[in-house]
Amino acid sequence: MSHILAAAGHGGTNTDFIAEETIFWILAIASVGAALAMILVRRAVHCALMLAVVMLSLATMYAMQGAPFLAFVQIIVYTGAVLMLFLFVLMLIGISSADSIVETIKGQRMAAGLAAAGLFVILILGIGHASIGPAAPVSAANGAGNLSGLATLIFTTYVFPFEVTGALLITAALGAMVLAHRELTAPKLTQRDLAARRLASGQLAPDPSPGVYALHDAADRPALLPDGSTSELSVSPTLAPRDPGDEPRVVRHGERAAVTADGEERAGSPAYPAGRDAP
Amino acid sequence: MSPVHYVVLSVILFVIGGTGVLVRRNAIVVFMCIELMLNACNLAFVAFARMHGNLDGQVIAFFVMVVAAAEVVVGLAILMAIFRARRSASVDDANLLKY
Repeated sequence: MSHILAAAGHGGTNTDFIAEETIFWILAIASVGAALAMILVRRAVHCALMLAVVMLSLATMYAMQGAPFLAFVQIIVYTGAVLMLFLFVLMLIGISSADSIVETIKGQRMAAGLAAAGLFVILILGIGHASIGPAAPVSAANGAGNLSGLATLIFTTYVFPFEVTGALLITAALGAMVLAHRELTAPKLTQRDLAARRLASGQLAPDPSPGVYALHDAADRPALLPDGSTSELSVSPTLAPRDPGDEPRVVRHGERAAVTADGEERAGSPAYPAGRDAP
Repeated sequence: MSPVHYVVLSVILFVIGGTGVLVRRNAIVVFMCIELMLNACNLAFVAFARMHGNLDGQVIAFFVMVVAAAEVVVGLAILMAIFRARRSASVDDANLLKY
């Protein structure tokens, strides 16, 4: 791959041209397909994966265009940091949050499609009117090397925007800290308060461990009670609503272990099992 | 490879991203579509930089990346604050200013 990229980079001969063209079309089809899939799939995690495909395709294109620094920044900052941040927040907010199909504004999708088509036509017409010349050879810009050239520009011509960028990043970090900070509205519970609450709750012992006396000892297997029924207290409540498409794994208190609750019933039940204090 | 190809590809990606912003209702997905639009702009910048044979376009693309990173950090923090208050990440549910 690096050989091909290097060849395309310093290109001029016919084979290099063919290599760049081939890679471009593969990447173009992949990125447009992934972008379309991104706005069509319903689950947010799949959107993030599609976005990763687009970003990696664009990184390869930057490398082909004689921008190796930007290619690596794209992979490290975008695919590495920004996309991981997206996934992180996605996991915090709830991985099962899928978009609903119902349109809240009537005809919104049709209007959006029309607006997109109009924007596309306008932009393509603008490009058609512009005089876009042939590409200069990659070596024209990268005379002293891509990195040294960029560094020279950033620290001479663009030094003021660069400093402003630093201020922006600091402001963003402060803003994120302020926004993500949760104010403590109630006094913090002491150990004495916790002990009193536990005594008042009526359950002194900890919850049973999952998998006790059951066939499997996985964390999502409820423990068996002496009468053969299962205890949903033994399974962490976060395991139950995690995958709504799957057959529910947590069997309700009092049912036989062999019988699984049916999906309809499970979907309507609260996120926290009855008999357990919601946090 | 003519820069026109790259610019047209960037237009297509930009329009797809804009459509996503208009159509999708999960706020995180809306953010991802904005990222897609910014990436499309970067592709056009890099293509123009190559066409002109200088590095200014690449520097601008670099600045766009920095601004996008800052935007994502603040945006996701706002999103988490909204989610904490309203238990929803849908842009339809944040309608307190509507009536």
